[in-house]
Amino acid sequence: MLYREVGQFKTSYAADQAIFPIAQDRWFVIALLLVAFLVVPFFVTAYTANAILLPFLIFGLAALGLNILTGYCGQLSLGTGAFMGVGAYSAFKLMTAMPELNLVIVFLASGVITAGVGMLFGLPSLRIKGFYLAVATLAAQFFLVWLFYKWGWLRNYSATGQITVPPRTFFGVLMTGSSAAPAAKYLLALAMVTVLALGAKNLVRGRFGRSWMAMRDMDVAAELMGIRPLPAKLSAFGVSSFYIGVAGAMMFTLWLGAAEGGDTFGIQNSFLVLFMIIIGGLGTVLGSFLGAAFLVLMPIVLKNTMVDTLGMTAVFAKHLEYVIMGLLIIFFLILEPHGLARLWQITKEKLRLWPFPY
Amino acid sequence: MLFLAETVISGLLTGVMYSLVALGFVLIFKASGVFNFAQGVMALFAGLTLAGFLTGTIPITHRINSALAMPPWLAITATVFVMIGLAILIERLVLRHLVNQEPIILFMMTLGLAYVLEGAGDLLWGSDVKVLDLGLPSGANDWLLDSFGLYVEQLEIVAAVVAAALVTALAIFFQKTRIGRALRAVADDHQAALSVGISLNTIWAIVWAAAGIVALVAGIMWGAKSGIQFSLSLIALKALPVLILGGFDSVPGAIVGGLIIGVGEKLAEVYFGPLVGGAVENWFAYMLALAFLLVRPEGLFGEKIIRRV
Repeated sequence: MLYREVGQFKTSYAADQAIFPIAQDRWFVIALLLVAFLVVPFFVTAYTANAILLPFLIFGLAALGLNILTGYCGQLSLGTGAFMGVGAYSAFKLMTAMPELNLVIVFLASGVITAGVGMLFGLPSLRIKGFYLAVATLAAQFFLVWLFYKWGWLRNYSATGQITVPPRTFFGVLMTGSSAAPAAKYLLALAMVTVLALGAKNLVRGRFGRSWMAMRDMDVAAELMGIRPLPAKLSAFGVSSFYIGVAGAMMFTLWLGAAEGGDTFGIQNSFLVLFMIIIGGLGTVLGSFLGAAFLVLMPIVLKNTMVDTLGMTAVFAKHLEYVIMGLLIIFFLILEPHGLARLWQITKEKLRLWPFPY
Repeated sequence: MLFLAETVISGLLTGVMYSLVALGFVLIFKASGVFNFAQGVMALFAGLTLAGFLTGTIPITHRINSALAMPPWLAITATVFVMIGLAILIERLVLRHLVNQEPIILFMMTLGLAYVLEGAGDLLWGSDVKVLDLGLPSGANDWLLDSFGLYVEQLEIVAAVVAAALVTALAIFFQKTRIGRALRAVADDHQAALSVGISLNTIWAIVWAAAGIVALVAGIMWGAKSGIQFSLSLIALKALPVLILGGFDSVPGAIVGGLIIGVGEKLAEVYFGPLVGGAVENWFAYMLALAFLLVRPEGLFGEKIIRRV
């Protein structure tokens, strides 16, 4: 009853091609965005912004990027961490070289640079497939992290080996550093993520998205149908790296404020983002964000219950957290291999019939 | 010239150590198509368990009670049983429920498993660096040093001998025994194997147990070399280029790949590293493997992938 599309007639092409063709979906998304833009900023504190909201938005965006590559185009990549690093270092170089540059332009330009790097490392995908490609992307991961350490120009030859974000404003509002208002950071990140997510939603149902999915489902068949593998795969690598690069740039400028090579952009981040899309759901935009929310919140909840409530020592809790996290991942895979997005879909199916059994 | 020979020999021997880890990957991939990322952590877990048994550490409390300390042979046997138990647990609790899932799901499962084993190893035996003292020889080999002036680690020679023995044993196991034949049948075709009455569940448990024992051997060798610590789980990352270079499903590939990577890495470190500021060993192996893959996308000895619509 609640989720019926009966009676929603589409009378124009525009209505037929809307991103959310069902009215309930549309209203739900609009309500969610209204709450996120107009209500949440009044309750944001430095803790909630830095521990929950910013990581969620940024990792959600990175997961979306990886989902485009892995979920939609079927190319497994383990280089996400390093590509986020490329975005972050690009943002740093752009901000220090051109202090007047608008932050949004910095983010987008970092994304474009990362897209270039991503396409370069995506070239082997034309010849190498499956897990061989996954291991090959590790080459990108290790090589780029090495470059972050060795190429002093990237960090303006800072002696500490770190890059630190310079103070920058966005239309007169301070955005970077610890003295910036958490609500301002949150709103900028939210705006970026909203626009990019809607863009991705649009992209994956269009010509590009369909050619990616054809490649994923069977590359030989896709080729026979006239989809050229080179543009299809490289565009997936490019778009995916663009999203990941923007996420990395935001991670550095808005969230962390300082970053250092492999510590911040190491392989552990590649795995984290991969976990997000698997738990969230491969090949869904929604799943990227659900997975990010789950994996950002879970360690916080675990830590709070184990250390603060149950009074365990921090070290013991850390080890136990590893075990629990691993078990949860395995448990999730057994329970619902198609991720949280699939659970949401099942819920919608149920809501369509509710309160009748069938 | 002498220096070059020394570099090559040390590269070859390091390569053998990589092969030991890669072997475990190959075993599991061959028989079940699972890309087992937890292999490195399994080596760490096996090493930690062995060190715990040797010193008589009481699990979870991390207290050392020397009355419980086992002699090496007993400790190794006990660890073998732990690894077999672990394999049966994994098969029962996890693999059985993930039959027929896509490879990426199974790959993610092994990542989860890596987390569990890492946390469990630290919880049970403590996270401090442990010295593994099994009485394995260390230091330079005197005979080579005296007669040729070559500096070769004795431990690495032992590792090479052990690896050779292990590969021979595995080859005999695969070719001559009943279970080995069943394993090869499963590797060839799951459905056909099922239809002639081979139990997939048993085979998987056996394969994971074999991989666990290979992990124990790798854990002993690496542990004797650098102590048992968290970084041991990262050797899995070193074994991956070996794996793609040799081919995921080839035992000889793991050996040859290991040797190529070992030598290539050492040579690069010595001759190419200083030109670009050093520390190239983290990524050079991957780039080397990548270059090989561009010529042969399924690795040197991997089975040719035939695609049909």
